[in-house]
Amino acid sequence: MTISIDPQKTNNESLQPKGWLRYFSFSLDHKVIGIQYLVCGFLFYLIGGTLASAIRIELASPMSDFMPRDVYNQVLTLHGTIMIFLWIVPVVNGAFGNYLIPFYVGARDMAFPRLNAVAFWLIPPSGLMLVASYFVEGAAQAGWTAYPPLSITTPQSGQIIWILSVLLLGGSSIFGGINFIATIIKLRRPGLKLMQLPMYCWAMLGTSLLVVLSTPVLAGTLILLSFDIIANTGFFNPVLGGNVVVYQHLFWFYSHPAVYIMVLPAFGLVSEILPVHARKPLFGYTTMVFSIMGIVVLGLVVWAHHMFTSGTPPWMRLFFTIATAFIAVPTGIKFFNWVATLWGGKISINSAMLFSCGFIINFVFGGITGVALAQVPFDIHVHDTYFVVAHFHYIVYGGTVFIIFSSIYHWFPKVTGKMLNEKLGILHFIITFIGFNLCFAPQHWLDLICLPAAIILCLLSK
Amino acid sequence: MLNKNIYLILIISLVFAISFWIGFNVNLLPAEASINAPIYDELFKILFITGLIIFIGMTIAVIYSLFKFRKRNDQIGDGIALEGNLSLEIVWTIIPSIIVLLIGLYSYNIYDRMGGMKELNHNHEMMSSNSEKIWAGISQTSDNEIAINNLSIEVSAMQFAFLFNYPKGNFISGELHVPVDQKVSMKMESKDVIHAFWVPEFRIKQDIIPGQPTILNFTPTKVGKYPIICAELCGPYHGGMRASIIVEEESDYNEWFNKNRKPEVNL
Repeated sequence: MTISIDPQKTNNESLQPKGWLRYFSFSLDHKVIGIQYLVCGFLFYLIGGTLASAIRIELASPMSDFMPRDVYNQVLTLHGTIMIFLWIVPVVNGAFGNYLIPFYVGARDMAFPRLNAVAFWLIPPSGLMLVASYFVEGAAQAGWTAYPPLSITTPQSGQIIWILSVLLLGGSSIFGGINFIATIIKLRRPGLKLMQLPMYCWAMLGTSLLVVLSTPVLAGTLILLSFDIIANTGFFNPVLGGNVVVYQHLFWFYSHPAVYIMVLPAFGLVSEILPVHARKPLFGYTTMVFSIMGIVVLGLVVWAHHMFTSGTPPWMRLFFTIATAFIAVPTGIKFFNWVATLWGGKISINSAMLFSCGFIINFVFGGITGVALAQVPFDIHVHDTYFVVAHFHYIVYGGTVFIIFSSIYHWFPKVTGKMLNEKLGILHFIITFIGFNLCFAPQHWLDLICLPAAIILCLLSK
Repeated sequence: MLNKNIYLILIISLVFAISFWIGFNVNLLPAEASINAPIYDELFKILFITGLIIFIGMTIAVIYSLFKFRKRNDQIGDGIALEGNLSLEIVWTIIPSIIVLLIGLYSYNIYDRMGGMKELNHNHEMMSSNSEKIWAGISQTSDNEIAINNLSIEVSAMQFAFLFNYPKGNFISGELHVPVDQKVSMKMESKDVIHAFWVPEFRIKQDIIPGQPTILNFTPTKVGKYPIICAELCGPYHGGMRASIIVEEESDYNEWFNKNRKPEVNL
């Protein structure tokens, strides 16, 4: 049984702050929570971006002259963790999901408004804790993958704070996922059939299923890892008979679906944006729905392609190659459908449209290198190198972040009642598109020529 | 209508021509110095060309529709109310599936030619008793080949160096010397954290894992000095964790080997 809660009734209105102060309150209004997610995400995006600039400055010269070597690894780890867990996942799920889904399904609010507020308010403290861990004994420095035994042997306080912070953020995203599933399934306006849902709702349904199925695995893994660090247990510690490859399996069982948790909502958003600006209905609704669900199912059975060089038996390598390569099929269908949506439309060339088209081009490129990476013999040479870094940034930056910008240009008038400046928006697109490609396209090649001595303490990559 | 089709065919053949030209003329890979390398480069070329065709094709489609179907100032109203086309959808489900399947089969074939599908365990002479824990990278053993011919080297990796133990000569070296055109078989184990053994010119990579030996076999084909790079983040000096592999003529190798070998100690 579901009880839909009216925020106006359950909140004692006189106690709720008015105006901008409500964005700092424990508000139960889904619109306020959506804005909270978005602004909070952008603050952490700034921090993560600063760290990325620090990495580029360090790598501008071959010697380690900008920061010490262990600080470099901390910056690397924080950059990855912040960008994934505090910027992309909260914004593309939490911000747009909370703001849009109740409107799309015709509900007054999310199914569990209090859980929703808790999910948001877990993020700022755990994010601050993560950033502050730098000032304790140094932040975690084992990469965002935190592979043992490196994560066991590096300074412990930073690693433990990292684990705690990721656990809280994972909890937040599970709460969000449960809330989205309940809202989409149970709070639909009567008469709104599942196959009439806007595409973003389908994308969020798929994403939330992935969140709910895979995040608990990461939580369990990190708890075991923290036992290894604090209590000297031997789950993953080879000195005590643990198995380090098991950690990798468990970690990637979450962290591969995490990529789909980051891109599926973007697929949903772009499916909403393109028809509006092309003035044409979305092409192939039914196949789009099935391809989302296909990606969800396949996304759960491909994790070991991150471990082709780790020590996996041949049959496993083959199975995961085929499963991974086949994700290209439902994903490809979506891209063909988007191009078909543009075809024959009356397209307004504005910032939202340009960012969406930039997304299509970047993501196709990232998808192609992805299919190549799925092939075991290909992967064995480029695994753990800048090729993978470049591929990943094409998917997550060139893909998802472009769609975040596109969505902001698209929905800003809806949220604030004001239009954004189109000229500045197009300038924003041009600079972002060119800068992004200049930064990441050469990285594919950097790896293939085997990263010569120019890079002295580079390259983590997962 | 005929005109349109001609343009379409022209554009598609141009995309193919450009992709093939780039694929055959732009070499992005380092030198080929092992049996694996030419096989790998063949796969790379095919993937590169296929990828280019798809990427250039999609980019042209997007930019063309943006240009061709842009809204003119005097236009009002909507685009054509087209919600889908089943036969088109079937076409672009089946064609990518076939491409993916063909690439998968082809890469299986490549992997098999690299020796990835062979069971290594039975003919490695340094096999320990708990053989099921040893996982292989790539092998190039054919079954009738006898392990005695192999050069067996034990690799241990630690923060932040590789050590190469030649059990037959009873010595340890910081540089890996191998004779050209002979199969080398390495058993690798890490002393602390996970490292990886990567020689870009050989197109091989295998993680070196603490507590779990891994095996990597390769056959160098070109005399020279190549870098061995650690490819798995292993700590602050990870970027500096490098060694060299020196591939030399058999006589040079034997000279080096005999200079370094120590008499066996019988206990």
